[in-house]
Amino acid sequence: MDLAIVWESLPRLLEGAVLTLEITFLSLLAGFCLAVPVAMARLTPRRMLRVPAYVYMLYFRGTPLLVQLFLVYYGSGQFQPFLDQVGVWFLFREAYFCAVFTLTLNTAAYTAEILRGAMLVVPRGEVEAARSLGMSGLLLFRRIILPKALRLALPAYTNEAVFLLQATSLVSIITLLDLTGVARIIVAQSFEPYKLYITAGLIYLVITYTFVLVSRRLERRLSAHLREQPAGGIGNVVGR
Amino acid sequence: MKKLVTAAVCAVATVALNAAADERSAVRLGTEGAYPPFNWIDENGDLQGFDVEIGNALCAAARLDCSWVVQDWDGIIPGLLAKKYDAIVASMSITEERRQKVDFTAKYYNTPAKFVRKKGSGIEISETGLAGKTIGVQRATVHDRFLRDNYGDIVSIKTYPAQPDANLDFVAGRVDLLLADSLVLLDGFLSTPEGEEAEFVGPDFTDPRWFGEGVGIAVRKGDADLLAALNQAIADIRADGTYQRINAAYFSFDVYGD
Repeated sequence: MDLAIVWESLPRLLEGAVLTLEITFLSLLAGFCLAVPVAMARLTPRRMLRVPAYVYMLYFRGTPLLVQLFLVYYGSGQFQPFLDQVGVWFLFREAYFCAVFTLTLNTAAYTAEILRGAMLVVPRGEVEAARSLGMSGLLLFRRIILPKALRLALPAYTNEAVFLLQATSLVSIITLLDLTGVARIIVAQSFEPYKLYITAGLIYLVITYTFVLVSRRLERRLSAHLREQPAGGIGNVVGR
Repeated sequence: MKKLVTAAVCAVATVALNAAADERSAVRLGTEGAYPPFNWIDENGDLQGFDVEIGNALCAAARLDCSWVVQDWDGIIPGLLAKKYDAIVASMSITEERRQKVDFTAKYYNTPAKFVRKKGSGIEISETGLAGKTIGVQRATVHDRFLRDNYGDIVSIKTYPAQPDANLDFVAGRVDLLLADSLVLLDGFLSTPEGEEAEFVGPDFTDPRWFGEGVGIAVRKGDADLLAALNQAIADIRADGTYQRINAAYFSFDVYGD
């Protein structure tokens, strides 16, 4: 098999992979920052906060990412005069912004759900102990619930990060030249779909497994105090 | 009992299929379905357009039993090679590059490419006029290639899966210019309400080095029987007036070219 085409296009593919990573990390970062308050809002008894958080999560988890992407990219195009008036069109004009914006909203909804689940299983005893020491409100949340919930959420969150990485391949549809976008262009020019998509797939695989390995190391570090016991996880903690 | 019925149905179906096969051979035609006025899918989900009517007329003339398969443009040649269909009738320009992978019939039409700009933008088609501009083009087309080879270092090129997507972004102001087939731009965009603010600019582009020798039907290399049948059918529908009738239904001039 002649692999010259793979070798020739490797620099362009890697350039695309850089864009893929950029979009993934920006969206993960912004998405996480958004997910924490959304998860909190989802859990408060206050309807004013709970209902909007619920609706937001319902929409972004209940509709396909591709539809969301089209909605933001081509939808914003239709409201261009209005967006121009409020001064945000220069952002929506860029496919890059539209992609990060949509992926952020999407991953934040999923991450909020993961965090909500994790916060719910933070052992009641630990929360009560903290309360008996006089902690309450945000302090309790920041010192006890959030750190514990993050540790519990890590395996599920790693999954979400991997899903998001793979979901970025959709941005090639709105003109961005990510790894998939570059591969599609080269395939269109060379008519060699197998070689190029296999190469692109292998690059995704390397990135994904790097993600997973880093996350595993992090998990081990965060659970150092549990080392003597069977490996941690949500089920275990609940049963303890 | 049920088994018996199934067997009977199968037997009848087999006989019927064999009878059909004796008379006409089945050919699957691939097209894009997003390239008005040449091929598109209407509100009822049916394929319409010049390519589709020409394809059906060719099948009738060649006594082929044709069915249509819709495939995105940038995967349309790989799809043919992977035998998802047997011929591409999708306004594909006959270029040297594509000839390395597929065989082409003679052309069945030939129209020039043109740029479109926003009315009042004053953009001119020249090295200086284009410098720094963003141009929207459909991915993996002759227009895409032409832009890259000729203006690749001075313009920014945005590529789209289908021409209507590029048109949308032109309306939204994300691209300054479009480059595509002149009839696709005229019928699919300029004459629609969305295209009101747009106009043609610059010369007709026909250089065969990029735009090929017109639009033909692609078949897999070595599929000589189908190629010969289609070539004969093109000559037949040109001769018996079928081509001219279809042409007149879509365009006010002869798109066959000279």
